[in-house]
Formats: sequence, structure tokens, C-alpha cells
Amino acid sequence: MGEGESGHRKRAIGEYRTAGEVEGETPLSTEVTTEHITQLGADELVINMGPQHPSTHGVLRVKLKLDGERVIGSECVIGYLHRGVEKIGENRTYQQFAPYVDRMDYVAAVSNGLGYCEAIEKLLVVEAPPRARVIRTILTELQRIASHLLWLGTHALDIGALTPLFYCFREREEILKIFEKYCGARLTTHAFRIGGLQYEAYDTLEKDVERFCKDFTSRIVEYEDLLTQNRIWLGRTKGVGILSAADAIAYGVTGPVLRASGVKWDIRKAMPYAAYDQYKFEIPTGTAGDTYDRYMVRMEEMRQSRLICLQAIENIPTGPILAKVGKVLKPPAGEVYHAIEAPKGELGYYVVSDGTVQPYRVRIRPPSFVNLEAFDRMVRGHLVADVVAIIGTLDIVLGEIDR
Amino acid sequence: MQPAVQATMEFLKLYWVPLLCGVIIVALLPLIAGYIVLVERKLMADMQVRLGPMRVGPHGLLQPIADALKLLIKEDIIPENSDALVFWLAPVLSVGAALLALAGLAIGPAFQVAQDINIGILFVVGISAMGIFGIVLGGWASNSHYSLMGALRSSAQLVSYETAAGMALVAGLLFAGTLNIKAIVDAQQSAGVWFGLLSPVALFTYLVASIAETNRAPFDLPEAESELVAGYMTEFSGFRWALYFLAEYTNMVVVASVATTLFLGGWLRPFASVHWLDFLDYFPTLLMVLIGVYCLIRVPKQPSRVHQLFMLAVAALCFVVALVLLAPVILPIAHPFKAGILGSFWFLLKVSLYLYLFMWLRFTLPRYRFDQLMRLGWHFLIPLSIINVLLVGIALIAGSYFQLQGWALLLATTPAAVIGLVAAIVLLSVEQKTHSAAAPSAAADFYGG
Repeated sequence: MGEGESGHRKRAIGEYRTAGEVEGETPLSTEVTTEHITQLGADELVINMGPQHPSTHGVLRVKLKLDGERVIGSECVIGYLHRGVEKIGENRTYQQFAPYVDRMDYVAAVSNGLGYCEAIEKLLVVEAPPRARVIRTILTELQRIASHLLWLGTHALDIGALTPLFYCFREREEILKIFEKYCGARLTTHAFRIGGLQYEAYDTLEKDVERFCKDFTSRIVEYEDLLTQNRIWLGRTKGVGILSAADAIAYGVTGPVLRASGVKWDIRKAMPYAAYDQYKFEIPTGTAGDTYDRYMVRMEEMRQSRLICLQAIENIPTGPILAKVGKVLKPPAGEVYHAIEAPKGELGYYVVSDGTVQPYRVRIRPPSFVNLEAFDRMVRGHLVADVVAIIGTLDIVLGEIDR
Repeated sequence: MQPAVQATMEFLKLYWVPLLCGVIIVALLPLIAGYIVLVERKLMADMQVRLGPMRVGPHGLLQPIADALKLLIKEDIIPENSDALVFWLAPVLSVGAALLALAGLAIGPAFQVAQDINIGILFVVGISAMGIFGIVLGGWASNSHYSLMGALRSSAQLVSYETAAGMALVAGLLFAGTLNIKAIVDAQQSAGVWFGLLSPVALFTYLVASIAETNRAPFDLPEAESELVAGYMTEFSGFRWALYFLAEYTNMVVVASVATTLFLGGWLRPFASVHWLDFLDYFPTLLMVLIGVYCLIRVPKQPSRVHQLFMLAVAALCFVVALVLLAPVILPIAHPFKAGILGSFWFLLKVSLYLYLFMWLRFTLPRYRFDQLMRLGWHFLIPLSIINVLLVGIALIAGSYFQLQGWALLLATTPAAVIGLVAAIVLLSVEQKTHSAAAPSAAADFYGG
């Protein structure tokens, strides 16, 4: 992440390699020039995209080195939304910290909460009751759809298609209404509790989810009608921001970005959590690893999430919703790493307990942060217009990157 | 002093009608452009399952005035390191060129500022192309990277697409045999068929090129919001920004008017020379009455008394316009007035439909990338328009050889249009093939090095 303002972050994330260290690539600080520039004697242009820019999805700042419109180097500067979430975790009790994690990936708060609650449950060696686990699965999959819808809308907007955004928000609104009915909050839900759920499912939850799933099939066709076969959309996404499978693995990229590169890796299948082992679903993968493949993978993921929701509401077990964990949580001293497949990739919590009511350390592995590492690799050689397409296709949320 | 005053009086006597028209255009156009923006926002809202502006006036009908006021009283910011003079001049240039171009156009046989200039279309195209200076200079004077890139894109785009638009116009002018605007419409009247029907390929190429020329989506790269913030307009705010906006919408009206004049029969009614279709003269009245009745129906549903009165006023306005449009049909008044009033209606209707197409495309399509835009221009539109000029020429020679007139000319031009269509498909597929062949190697270059 380079110099100055983000230097203090580098210590905390020392185990991650920066872009320059992969495959002996030259780091950005040295001059990257192409031959004809030196021949013509033309200057490179350094432009500063963000932190205030319409399509850097929040407060990402990208320093772009341009030759005309072609990108010959880039550098992401992050930290504008740093709130010290991990440090806050050390100063709160286990339950008190749970609402804070909602504020990381604020468009997928339910997934954040699920990861945290399950990590602490692992630390406590308790298991959430089956009913709680199924309801958790339903809400998390709805959240995945909502997150992907937001991605689709903004991604299309970045590429210049104005209308899909509003269609996507129309459907996302339905999901947020379900959340609101369930727990009273729409965005930062704090829907789950350590050990299960605080709230019983409301009476018409199954019906609401079923109605949404029924409508959603035709809605997704609407988006695809506008984009999938569109000549301009194909031109803007095919061959743009290619990330090979080897590169994707080397950068530690996860989630749809990894799967679009052809790696069939999904934590829901590989290390099942919640109630995912009970349901049948496919892991969509791409072949080329370009922006179009990532688009197709996420579209298919939305369909699969819909199928999971439908399977889950068919048979919600009865029984308690909260395991017996007690009011004061004092996990035994030790450490635990728990990862879930958040909409954007592997969301991991590494929690160290020293036996007191507060965690000794909460280390969070946010998928967006790691995925952003591949940005420079994907963007080099492309045009300025592709930069926003690639930022969009990575589906980053700055709240999660900066924490 | 005396001779000077006298000369001025003479001048006014000679030119008072065009002057009046000019003043009306300059005074009303900002308002009209504002309402085009409102219509665009409403249409966009309709396609995007929402309502659009609803707060200022009933259904947001006063929104443009509120917007204009806001822009007028905003702080006027000139960036510190900018070239202040050029910064001041650039938006004026843009809007001046756009308004001047409008002077050459005729809304009906009676409404034209520059009466009967013999280079008509050429004047309009030439002057409106001057507007690019405003964009380039504005982008340069702002001393900002985003602005500069927007300006560069804009100039490259205009040069490429002006060529295609010009060639498309040439195809239309071959039919007309004149550059004079009135004569072009008269030629379509005597031919009995619009030139757009005779050469749909020319109409199509002009449509695409004119969207690109006016910097509208999907070719709105110079101001691509998601990439360049606002392109050449990034550093402009308040009224200067409003001037650019005004220029953009005026340019839209200009290109729509050119297309209407040359390809869509200008102010002629559809099938103007078919007399059993004369009942179409009642269509303008009927349309305005229908709009008025709709407004009346909506009156009880308005939330407040003020809204209701406003809606009533709009309905009344519609009925007055309907009466004005009805008058020339039923009253025995002089022909020029009849043609003038009804002609203006048909002309404005065609322009509106053309603009509607612009807006519809904007809401539907994603944006082209710069290299794709250039490729589309040079590898598809320009060759297609040149081929089309050749085909139209051949068709015209064949037509005069077989002495085909009016609709019969379609016998000669339809094969030409079909060949043009085939050419278009071939060009597109070739373009796509060369592109997809080039992509992997280019990617290899990027990632290999």
C-alpha cells in the first residue's frame, strides 16, 4: 500500500504481500515506461482518482499513472474510512463487539454478524440450535443476493448503464423489508446473537421469502436482457481485467473473483458452516477470469442463493433458537480462526481469548481488502474507462477494507 | 449621427422579422432547454420505476425554473491556476455557436431567422461544429487532468463523427439537389416521399453520428461521469456550467432539426400530397385536446388548491393551443399562415420524437470505451456512409434513366438500401472479428511485460 498515510497499516497486515512482491514484478515506485513514450519524449500523466470520485465506491483513492488514456501503473491508497474496528474489539465484551462488525461490509451486515457469532461459538465450544442455523442460512443467503444486487447496479452504472441500478434497488428493497420485519433494522442489522438468535422468526417469514424468490426469477431475466448480450456491455467487460487462476491464488483472492478465474473454491462447500451442508447448490465458475466472467458468476450465484433459500424455507426445524451460553461470556483461553463465504469472498475472524470477558485480539480478514491487492495487476495496460469497470468488478466495500 | 440612425432604422425595417425571431429564440431557448431536461428526467424516472421531480409545482413542472434560479445565484468559482480569460470565454463560445446554428434552421415555412440562406444546411453544420472550441478551450483552461482528458476525447470524437454525419448528409442532399433549407423541404413535398425513406441507411448513420456529436450516451465519453467526474465541465460551476448544459441541449435540438429537415420531411405532414389523408390536419388539435382533458382529469387528484389551479392553467393552455391549431384548418385564412402554424406543429413533433429516441438510448445502453468509439466511427460509420453515398448516387442515376419520380424512386433506392444494410452487417462483423482477434494479443502484451 506504499507510503505515508497508510504506513501505519502495513504493520498490522504484515503477512500480506504487496503487489510488487508477486512474481518479481517491479514495484510501482520505480518508473514504468513503455518504449514509445521515451521515443516521443511525452510525459506521463499522474491523476488522482478519489477519495472523492463518483465511481471509487466510497473513499478509495487510486493514483493512476497514464500514458494518454492507457494505465501504466496504479497505486491504491486506503485508510480514509479507518475506524479501528479491530482495536475496538479488544475493548468491548464479546457481545458488545457484535454490532461493530456490521459496520465493516455495511452492504452485507448479516454475513459479517454470522461470521463473528460462529467464531465466538467455536471459541466457546457451543453450537447454535438447528432452527437458528437454518434461519441464519436463509437471512445470509438473502443478504448475499442483496449485496450482489447492489454490486450489479453500481457496476452497470460505472459502465454507463443507468437503469439497472433502479431495478436492482427495487429487489434489494424487498430483502431489506424482510430484514426489517425480522429484526427492526435494514442495513446494520445485528440479526444474530452468539449462540443462536435473539428473535424468533416472525410469522410470515417463509411466505415473504417464498414470494421474493418467486418474483426474483423474472427480475433477474430483466437485468440479463439489458446487459448479458448487449454489444456494448460485452465490449466493455470481455477481456477486461483478466486475472489468471494462478495469479488469483497467488494474490489470495477469494469469492466470485476467484471463482471467475476458474477455481472452484467456496467455503460453503469446502468447510460447511450454518446449515449449508443440508442444501444442494452449484458453485458457478468462469473460464477467462475477465470482468464478464465475474459478472456471469455473480448472476449465477444469485440464482443459486435463491435456490438455497427455497430449500431452507421448506423445512425449518422447530425448537429453541438460542443455545445456553449464559449472560457473561468468558471463553477459555485460546485462539480460533473461523471463515465464512461472505458475498465478496472469504471473511475470516481470528479471535484470541485470554479467558476474560473481552477478546485479547480480534483480527479480521476482509475479502475486499485482499481482493483489492490484485487491482494493479488487473488494471495495467487498460484504459481509464476500464479502471472503473475493474473497481466495480472487484466489488469492494471501503468500510471493510479500512475497518 | 443622423445617417447612422437612419441606416439603423433602414436595417431594422428590412430585418425586423428575423431579429424578432432571433430575440425569441435567445430568450426562450433556455426555458425550452430546461423543459427538455425535465422531460428527460421524467422519462428516465418512468423507465426506472420511480417518479422523478415532483416537488416544485404539480408533477415538478416548475423544476426547470427552480434549477435555473439556483444555478444563477450560485457562487462563481474560477480555479486559481486556470486561464481566466479562456475559462470565461469557453462556455460562451459553446452556447453562442449552438444558438447561432439554430438561426439557420426553419421551424416552419414562416419561422426562420436567417431567411433563405443558400448554403442552409452547410451553415448549420459548420456553425454547430464551432461549439467544440468551447469544449476544448474549457477543458484546457480549467488546468485539471480530468477536464483535459474530457476535452481531448471530445475533439477526437467530434472529428471522427462529423465526417460520418457529413457523408450521411451528402446522401440526403443528393436527393434534394440544394443546400437551402426551404428548398430541401419543398423538394420532399414535390417528391411526395421523405428522403429518410429513400435512404434509411443515411438516416441511420446520421442518427448514430449525431448522438456522438452531441456527446450523448452511449457516446458521452467527454463527460463520462463515472470515469472523468464531469469531463471538460469538471471545474465549471454555477452559471458557466449551466451555459454548457444549455449548449448541449441546444445542440441536440439542432441535430434533431437537421435530421427532421433533411430526412423526415421538415414541417410537412405525413403523406402531405395524399389528399384523402387531409383529415390528419385535425391530429394536432386532437392531440392537444387529449392532453388538456388528461390534465383536467388529474385536477381533483392534486394535493393542494395551488396545484389544482396550476393544473387547470396547463389544461387551459392546451385548449388554447388546440384552438390555434384548429383555426387554420377550418377558417378560410391565407395559405402561408396555415402552413406556418400546422407546419410548426409537425416539425416540433418530429424533433420531439427524435429527441425521445436520444433519451431512450441514454437510459438503455452502457457507455462505449474510447477505443471502441473510435473504431466504431472509423471502421463502421465512415465506410458505411461513404458506401451509402455511392449507392444513392447509382440509384439516382438509375432513377433518372428509368424516369422514376416520387414513390416510384423507391424502386431504385430500395435495392441500394438493402445493399447498404448488407454492407453494414459485413462491416460490423469484420470490426468485431478484428477486435476479438486483437484483444488476446493486446492482453498478452499488457500482462507479459
